[in-house]
Amino acid sequence: MSEIALVNSPNVGLDKTQKGGPYVNDLSTLNLGPTHPATHGIFQNILTMDGETIVDAEQTVGYIHRAFEKIAERRPFYQITTLTDRMNYCSSPINNMGWHLTVEKLLGIEVPKRAQYIRVIMMELARLADHIVCNSILAVDTGALTGFLYVYQWREHIYEIYEELCGARLTTNMGRFGGMERDLSKVAIEKINVLLAGLPKGLKEFEGMVMRNRIFMDRTQNVGAISAERALNYGFTGPNLRAAGVDYDVRSLNPYSSYEDFEFDVPVGTKGDTYDRFLVREEEMWQSLRIIQQAMDNLPEGPYHADAPRYYLPPKEEVYKNMEALIYHFKIVMGEIDAPVGEVYQSVEGGNGELGFYLVSDGGRTPYRLKFRRPGFIYYQAFPEMIKGSSLSDAIVTMSSMNVIAGELDT
Amino acid sequence: MEKLNNQQIIEALQKTFGEDAVYGIGESHGILQVTTHVDNIVPMMHFLYADPILKFQFLTDLAGIHFPEAKGQELGVVYHLHSLENNVRLWIKAYAPIEAPNFPTLTGLYASANWMEREAFDFYGIIFEGHPNLIRILNVDDMDYHPMRKEYPLEDATRHDKIDEMFGR
Repeated sequence: MSEIALVNSPNVGLDKTQKGGPYVNDLSTLNLGPTHPATHGIFQNILTMDGETIVDAEQTVGYIHRAFEKIAERRPFYQITTLTDRMNYCSSPINNMGWHLTVEKLLGIEVPKRAQYIRVIMMELARLADHIVCNSILAVDTGALTGFLYVYQWREHIYEIYEELCGARLTTNMGRFGGMERDLSKVAIEKINVLLAGLPKGLKEFEGMVMRNRIFMDRTQNVGAISAERALNYGFTGPNLRAAGVDYDVRSLNPYSSYEDFEFDVPVGTKGDTYDRFLVREEEMWQSLRIIQQAMDNLPEGPYHADAPRYYLPPKEEVYKNMEALIYHFKIVMGEIDAPVGEVYQSVEGGNGELGFYLVSDGGRTPYRLKFRRPGFIYYQAFPEMIKGSSLSDAIVTMSSMNVIAGELDT
Repeated sequence: MEKLNNQQIIEALQKTFGEDAVYGIGESHGILQVTTHVDNIVPMMHFLYADPILKFQFLTDLAGIHFPEAKGQELGVVYHLHSLENNVRLWIKAYAPIEAPNFPTLTGLYASANWMEREAFDFYGIIFEGHPNLIRILNVDDMDYHPMRKEYPLEDATRHDKIDEMFGR
């Protein structure tokens, strides 16, 4: 071995004759990511390990940063919806609706009840899809692959419902300012009813396999725990905060899109560990099903979009026949809509927590400043504190249960 | 319990920090906003946190903002506070000149401020004094400018085939 290699070796200066062999008291560095199958996304953790125990962790994010906030400053409002799709791509419709609600607040558009209910249905479907991914992958990370297969087909089914409403599956670009782009079709209603009848069975099967499973409980209980105070201090929101015992849910505290019409419970945990996060998400899925059922039962009749011709695209047939429709169509598509001056903050309960939009408009055709409050970006900084002193396998499970999504982290 | 109204917050702030300390008071869709001097930020945040009635104990977000025309106060920071118990939101704004964009750090009070401040530093070049690790977070480390500032256009400025007026921008 050459001299240089020896100098760089971590074992230089170590007394190799001491008891316990040459590697005792030796810290090693482990790169977890940026591309690692267990991180489920592109972000890096540089772990300092003492054997199997994590001593310190340093995070690097930004690998898929796409400068959405800068791009948004040069885009007409309706083109920003496609940017929001790509934040938390496990629950795109929630991001879309959050953005629509923000702009509607700025423009002062009243959305009809039917559109609000359809939005609630879509948002809750998105929450279901998000939690199905998070919880079933958590089970996979602990070694239980089969449960994942029981519920993942329902995520596919939810994507088919999206497709029915907006034509896309993952990056949905769903809805418009003022309502939805089309009404719930017959097929969509059928598919939602199939989901309401079938998902509980799949979910029960999944829960029966995982929830009281000795191995799963041993792997997740008291792993990656965080207290309520620390969670609040770290800006936790959503299921991760509720698992720590704080019942903050945007849907019940600041209802939007008619959430006040629905009856649902906000589940909270006590310990803030991985198992509690799993249970909170599990219960939220049942509550989402409950909300969808109520919305389907009480779906109001009426228009599915607001009567706001300046902001809502006219039907295509009208554009060919009607002069006003043609003008509005042109102006909307070319982004020639001057928004009023103002400052708006609107938040919705995203899959991972409070998804906020802070919009500053100077009266132009694009936002002057748009800040996305991404829940994942804010709570992910607590990760080193949560895994210090635990083993590597616990860190993987903790990260999985936090549901960190790279698109949301980096915008 | 009666809901905390915005007037009470203004009165509490003025009583503690003096009439001149808070200005630019406004309300936007129900959310109160006040502007204050940079030096007041830390004591004000601690006051809002510790006050037994106000209890602004949740830092929702922190947004940098750039106004090139406002001479002497080009760079701003908007602190989004939320009092979860009262369910009242509050924006606190402060501005600093672009030559010396120095703000105090809030990492001593809110652990969540760490990355939020790093983000504002990364994109606007706002210096948070006392921050434990003020380095770029989303952009590459060797970038030598702060891209969200208004002087950096999004599209290539040498292109002549895309004229803004023709595209309604």
